Amino acid sequence: MDIRVTGPEPTSAERVAVDAVLGPPESAWAGGKRNMDLEGRISLLGGGRARAFRDRLLPAFHAVKERFGWIPPGAFNYICKRLTVPPAEAYGVATFYHLFSMEHRPPTEVHVCEDIACRIKGSEGLHQNLVTIHGGSAEIGIRHSPCLGLCERAPAALILRAGEQPTGGAIGCATVENVQFALDSSAFPDQQKDWLSHSVPQLGQPQLRLLARVGNGSPDSIAAYQATGGFEGLTKALAIGPLLIINEVIASGLMGRGGAAFPTGKKWEAVAQAKGPTKYVVCNADESEPGTFKDRVLMEGDPLAVLEGMAIAGIAVGATKGYIYIRGEYPLAVNRMQNAIDAARAGGWLGNNIQGTDYAFDIEIRKGAGAYVCGEETALFNSIEGMRGEPRNKPPYPVHFGLFGKPTVINNVETLANIPWILRMGGVEYAGIGTGNSKGQKLFCVSGHVTTPGVFETPFGITLRQLITLAGGTPTSAPIKAILLGGAAGSFVGPDQLDVPLTFEGTRAIGASLGSGVVMVFDETTDLGDILVRIAAFFRDESCGQCVPCRVGVTRQEELVNRLRLGQPKGSVEQEVSLLGEIAQVMRDASICGLGHTASGAIQSALRIFGTSTMQRENAKARS
Amino acid sequence: MSDSSYWFKPPPRPSQIPMRPAEPINPLVEISIDGEKVAIPTGSTILDACKKIGLDTPTICYQDTLTPVNVCRVCVVELEGSRILVPSCSRKVEPGMVIQTDSERVRHSRKMVLEFLESSVDLSTSPQILMQAKRYQTDPSRYGDPAPPAAQNERDHHHAGHHEIPTGAQALTVAQPPKVDNSLYVRDYAKCLLCYKCVEACGTDAQNTFAIAVAGRGFDGRISTEFNNPLTDSACVYCGNCIAVCPTGALSFKSEFDMRKAGSWDESAQTQTDTICSYCGVGCTLTLHVQENKIVKVTSPFDQEITEGNLCIKGRFGYTHVQNIDETNPLSTEEVSH
Ligand SMILES: Cc1cc2nc3c(=O)[nH]c(=O)nc-3n(C[C@H](O)[C@H](O)[C@H](O)COP(=O)(O)O)c2cc1C
Ligand code: SF4
Ligand code: SF4
Ligand code: SF4
Ligand code: FES
Ligand code: FES
Repeated sequence: MDIRVTGPEPTSAERVAVDAVLGPPESAWAGGKRNMDLEGRISLLGGGRARAFRDRLLPAFHAVKERFGWIPPGAFNYICKRLTVPPAEAYGVATFYHLFSMEHRPPTEVHVCEDIACRIKGSEGLHQNLVTIHGGSAEIGIRHSPCLGLCERAPAALILRAGEQPTGGAIGCATVENVQFALDSSAFPDQQKDWLSHSVPQLGQPQLRLLARVGNGSPDSIAAYQATGGFEGLTKALAIGPLLIINEVIASGLMGRGGAAFPTGKKWEAVAQAKGPTKYVVCNADESEPGTFKDRVLMEGDPLAVLEGMAIAGIAVGATKGYIYIRGEYPLAVNRMQNAIDAARAGGWLGNNIQGTDYAFDIEIRKGAGAYVCGEETALFNSIEGMRGEPRNKPPYPVHFGLFGKPTVINNVETLANIPWILRMGGVEYAGIGTGNSKGQKLFCVSGHVTTPGVFETPFGITLRQLITLAGGTPTSAPIKAILLGGAAGSFVGPDQLDVPLTFEGTRAIGASLGSGVVMVFDETTDLGDILVRIAAFFRDESCGQCVPCRVGVTRQEELVNRLRLGQPKGSVEQEVSLLGEIAQVMRDASICGLGHTASGAIQSALRIFGTSTMQRENAKARS
Repeated sequence: MSDSSYWFKPPPRPSQIPMRPAEPINPLVEISIDGEKVAIPTGSTILDACKKIGLDTPTICYQDTLTPVNVCRVCVVELEGSRILVPSCSRKVEPGMVIQTDSERVRHSRKMVLEFLESSVDLSTSPQILMQAKRYQTDPSRYGDPAPPAAQNERDHHHAGHHEIPTGAQALTVAQPPKVDNSLYVRDYAKCLLCYKCVEACGTDAQNTFAIAVAGRGFDGRISTEFNNPLTDSACVYCGNCIAVCPTGALSFKSEFDMRKAGSWDESAQTQTDTICSYCGVGCTLTLHVQENKIVKVTSPFDQEITEGNLCIKGRFGYTHVQNIDETNPLSTEEVSH
């Protein structure tokens, strides 16, 4: 394919930024100098070989964004030439992600979370104050962001600073003062040693498994890891081989922790049995479901366990390459995972001939760029491949047609972190923990109106009430009004459901779902209408726009929710509620992916439980 | 010099004109549609099976010359055992499938999809879609009056993940002024329902030019060149194969666009005449649409098995030499004097 690139050439700084990630251009075809000795008039790098680099598109955009804060046209054109990607397609990809901008942006951006857990802790005021201070600045831009995965420390902010030495970091319990301090000093709280201790209220307790190492201060030390049982699972896996590994995982009854609750062992078995020499393991670390932050805590606190789980998956299914796709809003997690991968490689736990065996496995990190939908497994594959993050129609399923069209295991971070533990203790024994079909221990992301929000680890079977008690109960005397289970894609339950066991089957029995383990608590003072307006806006922002039911459905749903909110229904309120129900049904029935299927769940459940009067502001009790 | 020293060895001349290989005979699969048993070859879609028994299934983003993208979802049917409805245009038949095409759920989804489109897209030149909307008894007025149109290029600057919170008083649409940036064809994206067909036709399904792609996200998604450049600053080669597949008239010949604007476009007064393009040896079939003794647009039959409805700029727009108008020059809209 010959591509036509119009517009500016790259500046030398732009060229350097792109070459830093793609290497120097091999040929004139790729935008370099023509090497007459080697190339003559025929390009060394054309056709299929050139197109094979498409998956470098996102890394190249990231490099340019980190250098300049946006994607200048010269750099964009140069990337298109380097990778033989038609500019119109590359433009379609860049404009898909909210962290990329094709229009000029200040080099430093403060992303202030506007999502649910942060709203009830005053994030809107924080955003306004920051805009008042920095509005119009050429150096600092203030932007809204969907959930930053820091809900235990709401309100949250994220600073991303472009430049030759790009920096950035997250700020929890953000105030104008600590944001300003970070801007002035480039010292970010997430780099402090005790950062994680705030996220894990149970720190140091003996029953912790998944969180046992979190907060111990040396997350990428192989020695410290091995001293606490690290790599025992992988060592066993190397010894027993694929068949027995899969047997252990099937015996454990482990169900995926990413939201869909699919049996992990069955997924692995299908990929192991799929034909073809090339297979992949992908770790889904896109964690963008509002209210979810457990995967971040695992990656920041125990990255080697995630990596070990991936390596075991690779050996089990016959894959030699794994990708971990981490959302772009998690700079520290990216950093910690990279250090862990480097350390594991140096220690012979990744790479060729792992620990002297014939097994090979290596891991590459890919960063997302701001798109919730890329957590959907097939959208994630498209995103890695350098396409727009649009979900694919299923079937075919990832186990047959996944990343680069190859059989692929895709698992959530928490799912994979369970794997080393399963191999160490044995699948049958693991299955002894928990209840019914919900085996093992589960991470719950508790936030909102509780005294000690954070990630909690308990065996399956704990009830909602017990979990809230574990998190210190509500901080004031105001009683609980509602609990959001499973995040924006989940549903609300009322205080009458506090005794539901938080298991897959327990939540299903009350028409809810565990989702990614979100438990967000709202007390009587909460303006639920405002929360519903935000949830509607979230889906309006995050729909990929591919299919009509979801693209127009989320837009109409948001308009309707706002009409109810403003007390300006078209016709009667009953008509509006029934139309909202019709919209919900077509989204559930006819959308392509889970985003559309679940985009109406929380709103529908809230209206069902609390009635339409909950929409209006005056019906929220003043905060005592 | 012996034959083997050539790097390329031509195949032996055929003794006769080669025949198209016979279609492989696929074993039949039996499925049930609305209670009726249908036997159809493996590899067929549910839509094929529906057609076989004469069911009128609405489709918008499907076209048999393009890879199915299954995005419009108007063709959904209910498949027993599936939690969600499935797109009939792309779902392959499997033995024993039990399908309902007129259940309450199917009718609801089809109605809502059509209603959603009517409420957000200008369908005034999409009579077939409007006919289906009537069949499913849509009522787009339920969403309120349409919001005022966006300014020229405004939608092209919407940033993914950010939008203004609406009051809901009016229904958001994709209305915006048409993009008229060359003398051959017009892009009136107020009529675009994002079926992806033009992108496919410009890309690997036909033209391999990749001048246009989907940009943005969600309701702010749009078909765009890089940087929203005018077509004249894009890779477009004016083959017009995108126009040919556009189901809504969002893409149209400048001649048609101007005549519609002037109120002189009259399909009932048009004749269609098939001929062979004489510009080159490919010999594509052209269908000349003639109104008042003037060629007003050129299409090519999709069932032509070689060209599948595709043409190049010469066949598509070169007709003007018949009428002595210098319209092949994208920079000129002047009529050359006779
Ligand atoms: C819109 C959407 C977003 C999702 N986001 C995530 C995510 O951030 N992380 C995740 O692990 N799974 C996410 N999922 C679920 C994945 O599609 C997939 O089911 C999961 O990664 C499988 O891993 P598991 O079997 O280990 O749970 C998402 C699904 C949808 C529909
Ligand atoms: S359901 Fe929504 S997010 Fe999923 S493919 Fe359709 S438009 Fe995209
Ligand atoms: S311009 Fe036409 S063909 Fe292209 S996506 Fe829009 S409606 Fe479909
Ligand atoms: S349309 Fe183009 S390719 Fe076809 S015969 Fe005419 S000149 Fe040749
Ligand atoms: S970080 Fe703000 S809601 Fe999660
Ligand atoms: S015609 Fe089947 S999804 Fe559009």
